[in-house]
Amino acid sequence: MSVEVVLFWLFAACTLLSAAVVVVVRSPLSCAISLVGTFFSLAGIYVLLWAHTIAVLQVLVYAGAIMVLFLFVIMLLSLAEVGPGTKLSFSRLLGAGAAVALFAALLGSILKLPVRPDAWAADPAKAAAFGTLDSVGKLLYTSYLLPFEAVSVLLLVAIVGAVVVAKSRI
Amino acid sequence: MSPSPLAPYLPLAVALLVAAGVAMAMAVLASVLGPKRPTAIKQEIFECGSESVGPAHQRFAVKFYVVALLFIVFDVEAVFLYPWAVNFRALGWFGYAEMAVFAATLVVGLAYIWKKGALSWET
Amino acid sequence: MREFLDEIIRDRLGQDPASWALTQGVYLVAMMAAGIALTTFGALFAGLTSWWERRIAARMQSRVGPNRVGPQGILQFLADALKLLVKEDLISSASDRWLFRAAPYFVVAGFALTFVVLPFGYHLSATRMNVGLFYVLSVTALVVVGILISGWASNSKWALFGGIRAAAQVVSYEIPAGLVILVPVLMAGSLNLHDIIRAQGGWPWDWYLFQTPMGYAGFFILFVALLAEGNRTPFDLPEAESELVSGYNTEYSGMRFAYFFLTEFGNLWVMSAVMTTCFLGGWQVPGVSAENLARWEALHQVPGWFYLVSAAVFCAKTLLLANVVIWIRWTFPRVRVDQMMSLCWKYLVPAAMALVVLAAVTELMSFELFGEAARVQAPLFSLRGLIHFAFFAAGGLVPAVLFFRKTFRNISFVGDRVRPLSNW
Repeated sequence: MSVEVVLFWLFAACTLLSAAVVVVVRSPLSCAISLVGTFFSLAGIYVLLWAHTIAVLQVLVYAGAIMVLFLFVIMLLSLAEVGPGTKLSFSRLLGAGAAVALFAALLGSILKLPVRPDAWAADPAKAAAFGTLDSVGKLLYTSYLLPFEAVSVLLLVAIVGAVVVAKSRI
Repeated sequence: MSPSPLAPYLPLAVALLVAAGVAMAMAVLASVLGPKRPTAIKQEIFECGSESVGPAHQRFAVKFYVVALLFIVFDVEAVFLYPWAVNFRALGWFGYAEMAVFAATLVVGLAYIWKKGALSWET
Repeated sequence: MREFLDEIIRDRLGQDPASWALTQGVYLVAMMAAGIALTTFGALFAGLTSWWERRIAARMQSRVGPNRVGPQGILQFLADALKLLVKEDLISSASDRWLFRAAPYFVVAGFALTFVVLPFGYHLSATRMNVGLFYVLSVTALVVVGILISGWASNSKWALFGGIRAAAQVVSYEIPAGLVILVPVLMAGSLNLHDIIRAQGGWPWDWYLFQTPMGYAGFFILFVALLAEGNRTPFDLPEAESELVSGYNTEYSGMRFAYFFLTEFGNLWVMSAVMTTCFLGGWQVPGVSAENLARWEALHQVPGWFYLVSAAVFCAKTLLLANVVIWIRWTFPRVRVDQMMSLCWKYLVPAAMALVVLAAVTELMSFELFGEAARVQAPLFSLRGLIHFAFFAAGGLVPAVLFFRKTFRNISFVGDRVRPLSNW
């Protein structure tokens, strides 16, 4: 077994374990800390996939920005401890349904993948260019132009949403 | 040997392990060396000598939440500008226009929150 | 690091690094050594700076400062460390013990991880990352998370206010910092810290600081943003002693307090090194041109002194900036929270965005006018060289002259005598 395979299992185990802790633990702040662990393990897996840019973005955006927002919201609401919540509401069912659908979609696309998708990485020139900011940028600004511009609209909506939600008193 | 995606990250892992190891070792050493004579007064939280009133975890201003959301939005914006910045010569004026449209949308957003007063903390 | 080791293996040991059996072993040992050396360096720098800053502060306030332990008191930090080591480790009964203990490690980890990509000289850094600057921005996230947790877990009002203020401040100022770093990235076309340095030159007019007005303005925006990110005065609101006791680390004592303390002083190096890299030419040695260096590299004859001199140049610039930061700390009063927020969102963020757009326009125009030559440094007596020099003068010299005139006027205004070296 190569180092990469060992590390993959290590990161995968860490991801699953810390994700499980997020779901199980009662104290919201401990959940948040555990979520940081999940994000970092995921970043490790991205590195193993040669996706260097995505790995750093994972840390920058999720472990950084999103996590700070989570912590702020937890602190803002002074959530000391949340109960397990036994009521079977419509939104819970919807959430569970969405989770199952997402899992099925991901599983479907994983099963379609070739067994060793990283065989190309044996070519050092390809490996050096893959996943760098350079190559991501070339794709983003040519082939994926529309999604990219759509992101700006999404961000605008997020700004407006933030102000509307907080409007009562700022 | 086939190239590994891990090469640039090895020193990172080592530095992290060393730093965390040294830090934990020092903390353990401190707990061994230091005295341990806890008293009820020592274990109170510090509020300049007066007794603390009420819980510390109070609700705080919603402004902080707005700042956190703004941070996410503009952080993501900056993240999208970096791939353009390393390629902008190759992308030329077309890429510049794309970036300008993207940035302009967010400038509109910034102007909106500015107008709404979310950036004014004077009160 | 790898390049450096390859060079040593190839040029000093006469082996081919690709086929030599011991290469991986050399890498591993060197990386262990680098990790240990960086941690030691960070801790030593932080300790020495804590002494140095106290001495400077004392000098600026007509006091003596710590001068008893060792020559000029230089060993004071060891005495302090020893004291903190044998202190009782207090954890208040109201705090969340587990999170309280964990928080300092987040801060230390964020700090140690930054050092790994920082350059220290020519080919001298623990690793080279394609996403270098991005990485530096992203690991500060760990510090923010650590500060927030420490404030919350302490279960004390001062700590909570300090932690929340710190988080709001650091994340806010990360936006102008992240945007303005785009200016050197645009000019160099890379996020790798060494590439950004190599795109600059040794002489001051080859630095990005003086290359364009955007670089000049960008440097100051980055400077202010990094001051705020490092919680340095005038942005020390998170630990404003007169308002919040000590902010997020109020409840900490002993070694755990020392970690927050060390990180804060060590951050001085990190921010100065980032500024040196982005705008001050990094390790470029004056007189050694890019062609010169390329020739040495092609022949595998980079002289040993170049490694040393480049490291000395880098450290000198970084230390100079660190001293400016210390100087600022003991000169300016603290800003208010609302001033801190409006400075960031109403001034720095729009200014940084405008700078990026302007820098892109000028770079694209110069690229169209001069083609690929625009990326190479121009000789002084040519059209490009003269445009460049005009930018240098407009961006650097004129504001500098204005600054000195204003300062001297202020001094005369309060009725003091102008002594150029000592009274401003």
